[in-house]
Amino acid sequence: MFLAAAIAILVAMVLALLRALMGPTLYDRVLSVNVFGTKTVLFIAILGFLMGRPEFLDIALVYALINFIAMIGVLRFFEYKQTEPAEEPKSEGQR
Amino acid sequence: MSVFIDGLSWALLILGGFICVSGGIGMHRFPDFFSRMHAASVTDTLGGTLVLFGLMLQTDGQYLVLVKLILVLLFILLTSPTGSHALAKAALHGGLRPKLGSQQDKQDADVLNNFGRANASETDKNKE
Amino acid sequence: MKKNNSLRYIISSVIVLSLIWIGNSGYFNGLLLSLGAVSVAFVVFMAYRLDIVDEESQPLQVSRRIVVYWLWLLKELVGSNITVIKRIWQGPHSINPVVARVPTSQKTEMGQTIYANSITLTPGTTTLDIDGDTLIVYALSYDGIRYLLGGEMDRRVKRLEE
Repeated sequence: MFLAAAIAILVAMVLALLRALMGPTLYDRVLSVNVFGTKTVLFIAILGFLMGRPEFLDIALVYALINFIAMIGVLRFFEYKQTEPAEEPKSEGQR
Repeated sequence: MSVFIDGLSWALLILGGFICVSGGIGMHRFPDFFSRMHAASVTDTLGGTLVLFGLMLQTDGQYLVLVKLILVLLFILLTSPTGSHALAKAALHGGLRPKLGSQQDKQDADVLNNFGRANASETDKNKE
Repeated sequence: MKKNNSLRYIISSVIVLSLIWIGNSGYFNGLLLSLGAVSVAFVVFMAYRLDIVDEESQPLQVSRRIVVYWLWLLKELVGSNITVIKRIWQGPHSINPVVARVPTSQKTEMGQTIYANSITLTPGTTTLDIDGDTLIVYALSYDGIRYLLGGEMDRRVKRLEE
């Protein structure tokens, strides 16, 4: 039964990966990678039970944290990527 | 009793897997980025919660495993809205605009003009 | 920051961090417990130096009521998830996206943050921005906005602040 859930999550991971490959915008890709990361956490957790080694949960825990921080980091990098310097103070003021 | 708990946890796992696949399909069926974000949030919240609840019923008295599953669930539920919000805001600042439907109030649509680069050129919107 | 008040938050962060350490390690021998004590002391010291040991990072005043709120939010999550999954299987013509202003009645920034994050967590509605006292919300259909304007979530978050 763990196997069925693992296969379902693998299918969802493949769908997210396809969306990441197809785009069409940069933000779609970031979103898909984030969904892929969340699925990886669930997959590792299930795999731990499937193999009878719940120690895998430590990896899932760390992956959940890294996934979030990586996404925020990537977004910080891209958010003002193409903004001209003249526009910078205006968009800063809105926050 | 243990048969009942096993059945419940299998049902939760299967339901969670089905919801994860639904979210994955939604990421392909919805027309634009902002609606795809909702499909993604389905898998993040209910799919993950059901799968992890299903696993929690299988821990069999190992409290360490239970604590770790609860921590994973808390991290996912606490970080998912922050990530979605950061993503939506970055997309708006990047010049991407949601496709709005027929029930949109014209006055409220103006709020989108407050974000930077509304009139950014097509090539600038990180499209390919 | 008032000194007598900050002691309360230091004690609570020591307790929370110790529980996380014990919950994740599960060993009770002297070496690992002392390593844990050193880690907790170091993290609390760094947090104190960063000046983030206060009621913003640890809203102790809501900790009793927030459990009830989380259970209620979980119920709402299930409902809104079912709506969105139905829309996914019905196809793209079943969605009708809108952007709208939603007024908030919370007085503190923490209340507004909890409200905005709850809106984002429920699928079907996403907070795009905060503009003074109003939230700018994007929803998959007008039903989501109508539900938010009904104000039940707003009232429950406001009750957390008291």
